[in-house]
Amino acid sequence: MANAKEVRLYGMTRSGYCLMVHHALRLKGVPYDYVEEDLKNKSQELLRLNPVHKKVPVLVVDGRPVAESLVILQYIDELWGSLAPRLLPEDPHRRAKVRFWADFVYQKVVPLTYVIPKAEGDSKAAAVAEFRAQLVVMEGGVREELWVDGAGPFINGDAPGLLDLLAGSCHTGIKFLEGVAGVQLLDKEETPLLCSVMEALLQLDVVKETTDFLQQHVHNDR
Amino acid sequence: MAEAEQVKVLRFWASPWSFRVELALKLKGVPHEKVEEDLANKSPLLLASNPIHKKIPVLLHNGKAIPESLIILEYIDETWTDNPILPKAPHERGMARFWSRFIDDKCVGACWMSCWTEGETQQMFMEQARACLRILDDELGGRRFFGGESIGLVDISASFFALWLGVLQEVAGISLINGDEFPNLCRWIEGFVASDVVTECLPPRDKLLAVFQSKKQAILATKSMVY
Repeated sequence: MANAKEVRLYGMTRSGYCLMVHHALRLKGVPYDYVEEDLKNKSQELLRLNPVHKKVPVLVVDGRPVAESLVILQYIDELWGSLAPRLLPEDPHRRAKVRFWADFVYQKVVPLTYVIPKAEGDSKAAAVAEFRAQLVVMEGGVREELWVDGAGPFINGDAPGLLDLLAGSCHTGIKFLEGVAGVQLLDKEETPLLCSVMEALLQLDVVKETTDFLQQHVHNDR
Repeated sequence: MAEAEQVKVLRFWASPWSFRVELALKLKGVPHEKVEEDLANKSPLLLASNPIHKKIPVLLHNGKAIPESLIILEYIDETWTDNPILPKAPHERGMARFWSRFIDDKCVGACWMSCWTEGETQQMFMEQARACLRILDDELGGRRFFGGESIGLVDISASFFALWLGVLQEVAGISLINGDEFPNLCRWIEGFVASDVVTECLPPRDKLLAVFQSKKQAILATKSMVY
């Protein structure tokens, strides 16, 4: 469908889940409104649009909401399927692998981002070691199952796809966590492919534009 | 589609997750071989096909391995396009994925933990489980299936509630799913288990009850869903 749609994203500036949605919309050139939510004081609108989880991001297209970041990314890819880049590959087996590794991040990597800031001493070291080990597993898996030498700089090819956007959000979250917890989580020697994908994403105009755009909305309170 | 297609499901007869995959293949009329796994002694094929999680189900299609039940369901729908299990329109597809994830991320865990904890912890999980079931009951409303007139992705994802939850609550001696609080869900369960395709695939209730009874102590100790 080529008709202009009313698109609104409800999000929070520091959320990596929301960041991926900004990137996906901007990559496809889809104009949208943005509503910054104060997660300590959620709007009635947000609670009405996502009553089940009461979380951001929520993408509303012509009044119809969709929640959950990975669901939203696939929705964007299908609704604006005629707009490049395609965020998921054509081939069903490759699609399954993309979904698998995205799911891996949420299952194995994300939970540790809640553990690390609260942990101390040995348990902190163990959590950091496990985090880095899981990234190494992902590096190996993506390299073996999805990466095509010479077809980069992204896992998806010459334009970023779902996994690349996820990696980009991970990068932002990881850098924040490294600062807060005083640890090193990313290592170019351990995960060169993932790091190069993240670097390539950071160079994109749409990513820089999003960063500038979100600066306007950053709250003063922490 | 290839001439002589090889479709195998690495499965465990009592697992609601491998049931999902078999039901989807059956709904689409895809001939397949069921390879029973001994979860205490996993086969080299399983370990090679799913090295990361080492779990069933795994779909093997002409040698390609696809693990994780929800991911397998999408692969099945994209590969065998008769009798679609996902809707066509993007928003409806998004909602189907949303509800399947809700079932896996929130509902099943709360129901499971309700069975194997006690005291205040159990009360907390039971409240969570009821809240989830209420949300699903409201979402279903008066519809025959979550997929509308026919079984779809969300119905397949919700099959845990159609048989396994009833068995588990009996073993655990609790009551979660009941017709007074969740009339729509209970009506859905009746319709779902009565449908021909589902009846052909479901494991026998008495066998399921027996296996959970026998594993009760082990599950109480670990709370693990890998039984």
